[in-house]
Amino acid sequence: MLMPIPDAAVISRRAEIAAALRRRLPRGTVIDRAAGLSAFESDGLTAYRQQPLIAVLPADRDEVSAVLAYCADEGIKIVPRGAGTSLSGGALPLADGITLGLARLNRILDIDLVNRTVTVEPGVTNLAISAAVRELGFYYAPDPSSQVACTIGGNVAENAGGVHCLKYGLTTNNILGLEVALLGGERIRLGGKALDAPGLDLMGVIAGSEGLLGVVTEVTVRILRTPETARALLAGFAKVEDAARCVADIIAAGIIPAGMEMMDRPAIHAAEAYVGAGYPLDAEALLIIEVDGPAAEVSVAATRIEDVARVCGATSLRASRDETERLAFWAGRKAAFPAVGRITPDYYCMDGTIPRGRLPEVLAGIRALSERFGLGVANVFHAGDGNLHPLILYDANAPGELERAEEFGSEILRLCVRVGGVLTGEHGVGVEKRDLMDEVFGPDDLAHQQRLKCAFDAGGLLNPGKVFPTLHRCAELGRLHVHAGKLPHPDIERF
Amino acid sequence: MALQRLVPDTLDGLRDAVAGALADGTRLAVEGQGSKRGLGRPVAADAILDLSGLSGITYYEPGELVMEALAGTPLAVIEAELAANNQHLAFEPGEVGHLWGTGGGSIGGVFACNLSGPRRPFAGAARDHLLGVAAVSGRGEAFSAGGRVVKNVTGYDMGKLLAGSFGTLAVMGRVTFKVLPRAEAERTILLFGLEPGGAIAALAKAGFGPWDISGAAWLPANAAARSAVAYIAGAGETVTAIRLEGARGAVAERCAALRGALSVAPTEELHTHNSRKFWAEMRDGSLIAPAQGVASSLWRVTLPTADAASVLAAVARRTGGEFLCDWQGGLAWLAINDDGMNAVEAATVLRAETAIAGGHAVLWRAADDVRSNVPVFGEQGDTVARLSQRIKANFDPAGILNPGPMAPVADGAS
Repeated sequence: MLMPIPDAAVISRRAEIAAALRRRLPRGTVIDRAAGLSAFESDGLTAYRQQPLIAVLPADRDEVSAVLAYCADEGIKIVPRGAGTSLSGGALPLADGITLGLARLNRILDIDLVNRTVTVEPGVTNLAISAAVRELGFYYAPDPSSQVACTIGGNVAENAGGVHCLKYGLTTNNILGLEVALLGGERIRLGGKALDAPGLDLMGVIAGSEGLLGVVTEVTVRILRTPETARALLAGFAKVEDAARCVADIIAAGIIPAGMEMMDRPAIHAAEAYVGAGYPLDAEALLIIEVDGPAAEVSVAATRIEDVARVCGATSLRASRDETERLAFWAGRKAAFPAVGRITPDYYCMDGTIPRGRLPEVLAGIRALSERFGLGVANVFHAGDGNLHPLILYDANAPGELERAEEFGSEILRLCVRVGGVLTGEHGVGVEKRDLMDEVFGPDDLAHQQRLKCAFDAGGLLNPGKVFPTLHRCAELGRLHVHAGKLPHPDIERF
Repeated sequence: MALQRLVPDTLDGLRDAVAGALADGTRLAVEGQGSKRGLGRPVAADAILDLSGLSGITYYEPGELVMEALAGTPLAVIEAELAANNQHLAFEPGEVGHLWGTGGGSIGGVFACNLSGPRRPFAGAARDHLLGVAAVSGRGEAFSAGGRVVKNVTGYDMGKLLAGSFGTLAVMGRVTFKVLPRAEAERTILLFGLEPGGAIAALAKAGFGPWDISGAAWLPANAAARSAVAYIAGAGETVTAIRLEGARGAVAERCAALRGALSVAPTEELHTHNSRKFWAEMRDGSLIAPAQGVASSLWRVTLPTADAASVLAAVARRTGGEFLCDWQGGLAWLAINDDGMNAVEAATVLRAETAIAGGHAVLWRAADDVRSNVPVFGEQGDTVARLSQRIKANFDPAGILNPGPMAPVADGAS
C-alpha cells in the first residue's frame, strides 16, 4: 500500500507547528511526543501503521475550527479520527499530517422527543445515543458491531451500517442535520429538524465521504420508537444454496425482516465454541432472521417465515420464545468476529455487497479462492442486503501470509464486482480498497467524484491518500473538454 | 417561437446532445415528461432537452428489491410494473402535474425533484431510495455512480448530490432505485372536527405509541370536501387521518388498539380500498386548494412537527392562506389567492415565520412574473451558497443545464 510521499519540509517543521497549535489551543490538547502519538498509529485495519506528525484532541467545535484554519493557512494535511474503529484504514495517519481526534467532543446536546431527534457532538458513541433515550422508549437504529466504541461522527463519515440496515437503512438515512467544519475553519449547518431542506443535499454527500470533505462537529439523528416486539428465528440448512433461496423467498413473500444474517459452517462452529448459543453444528449454513414491530404483525411474519424456511428445506428451526432467548440467538452472531479470532492468529474482514441472487455462486467462488490461496475463510454476513463479510484466516507472523490474505481479499472483491456488486457495503474504501476503485469506476466516474471534492478542498489537505487511487489536480479537473471521453491525464500523480 | 427540442433515445445520444449544447453554448431546459416544468422560476433556455425518448425499465429483480429504468420512463409505467409484483416505491411519489395542468411525470423527474409523498417521514425520501445513476454532467461527460445493490458505500454518494438538484448539475439518463413490498392491507383512522393544534397533537400521540403508523394528515373542512372518498367528503368538518399498513388480520387488530387510544374525537375507519384512494389523493396533491382555474400561489412548507401548529397558525393569520398538513404536520401545502396578499409579501412573511422554527418554504406554483420576483427556494447562508456554486461550476461550468433561475443554487447567488 503506497501512500502519498510525505513532505519532508513539513516534517522538519514539527516543533514549530506544535508550538503554533499550542498557542491556539488549551494545554493538553496537542500531542507531539512519540509515546503519545503511538496510540494513534493505526485504526481497526491494524495491518497498516504510521505515526502522525502531531495529534490534536480539541474539546469543542471552536477548537476544531482553529485547527482547520491553521492547517488551511499553512497547507498542512489533516486526518480526522473518531474512535479509530475503521476497518478500511480511513483514519490511518500521515507522517506529514495532523491527526484530528474528535473523541473529546462527547456531549449529548439535545433530546427532543416531540420531533424525535437527538443532537450530539461527534465524539458521542453510537450506543450512547440509544442508551440516552432507552428509558424513554426510543433508540437510534444503525448498529455497527463496533457500536460500543465507534463515534457518531465516524459513523457519518463512513456511512456506517449494521445488522438492521435492511429495514432501517444506513447512517445517511437516519441523520437529519449536521454541522460541518470546512477546511479554513468555517462551519456550516445542513438539514435540521424539518425534513427535505431545499438546495443541494450537501448533508447527503458528507455522509460516507470518509473525512475528505469536512469535519463533522454536530449531528442530529432521528430516533425511533423501540418496537413493541422483536422475535428471532434460527434456521439451519444442509446446503448454502437452500439458505440463500430462503432469504430470497422471505423477501418475495413481502416480508422485510429487521435483520437477516447468515453464517457458514466455519463461522457457526467458531461462534458456538465461543459462546454456546445453541447453534446447529451439523448445518452448512445458519440464518438468523429477526422481525420486529407491533406484536400482531410480528406474529404473522414469524409464522410465514417459518413456513418459507420449511419449504426451503431447513434442517432445524427455532423461534425465540422470550427476550433472553432472542438475545442468546444473537450472541453467537455478535461475537462471531472475536470467535473467529480464537481459531486463527489473525483474520482479515472483507465487506463486498452482491445481488442476493448471486450468493451461492459467490460463496462457491470464495471457497475456490480459499483453496487457491491456501488460507481458510469463515463467512458471516448480512444476507438480507447481500453484504458479505468473509473473514480470511491468516498468520501475520508467517512470512508472506499477510500479502497472500490481501491478494485473496482483493480477488473476493473483484468477484463481487464481476457479479454486479460493489467493493464495500458499509466499511468504506479508505486505504484498503482504494486501489480497487478502478474496478468499479471509469476515469470519468472518478473525475466527477473528485470534482465534488475540489469544491470542498481544492488543495487536497483533508485525508489525502484515502478513497481515490489517483491524485488529480483540481485545476486539471476543471479544464473543459468539449468532446466526451477525451480527458487524458498524462501528468497525474499515481501512488 | 417554440424552442428547439432535443430528444435523445440512448444514453450515448444524451451525452452527445449535452456535449453539442456545450460546444454551441446552447442553454438547456431539462425535462422528463415535462409534468413539473412549472416548478421553480421560469427557465431561460435556448432549447429543451426532452428525455421522454429515454424510456423503459432496464432491470427489475423483485427478489433483489432493485429496479433500474431510463430517466424518462413514466412514473405510471414504473408503478404498474411494481404493483404487478406486489411492490412499490415506499417513498410514495405523486403525480403532481395537474397542479400546473400538465400530465404524468417521469421517474427521473421524481428523483431530480426529490419528490416524496405521505410515507416520507416513516419510510424516507426519494433520495434515500436512489441507489445508482448514469448521468451526463454539464461538461458533456457521462459518468456513473452507485450500483444495483441496496447497501453500498463505494465512493461518494453522488445520487444524493443529484437528487433534489433539479437537473442543474447533471442530467440523469438512468436511475437505479430500491423498491419494497407493498403491504397487503391498510386502514385509515379518521378523526373529525379537530383544529390544527389538536390534530397535530393527536398525530404526534399516534406516532409516539407502538402502532407503527405510516401516514398522518390533517385537512380543513373545504379540502376534505374535495375528496372522492365519501366518508371524508361528507364530513362537513376537519378530518385528521392516520394510516396503518401490514398483514390483513394484524392491521385490524392494531387499528382497534389505536382507535381506543385516540379518544379525543369521533372516529371512523377506512378499509384498504378507500384508504388507498385517499392517500393517493394526498400523494398527488389532489385536495390542495384552490382547484385549477383559481389564480393563486401555492407554497410547500416543511417544519419540525413540534412547531408546526403554531407556525402554521401565524402564517395563515398573516397571509390569509388556506393550508392542509401531511407528515404529522411536518409538511403543509399553503394556497394564497392572488386577490389576497401578494406573493412577494407572502414570501417575506413565510420565510420569517418558518425560519424561526428551522423550517423552509418553497414557492411550488405561481404565475411566471411572480416566480421571477421571489426566491423560489429561499435563501441559503453565504458559505453554503458559495459551496453550492463551486459544485455547480465544477459540474456545469458553462451554466447550460436548467440555467440560473431554476436552480436552488442560483437563488443564493442572486
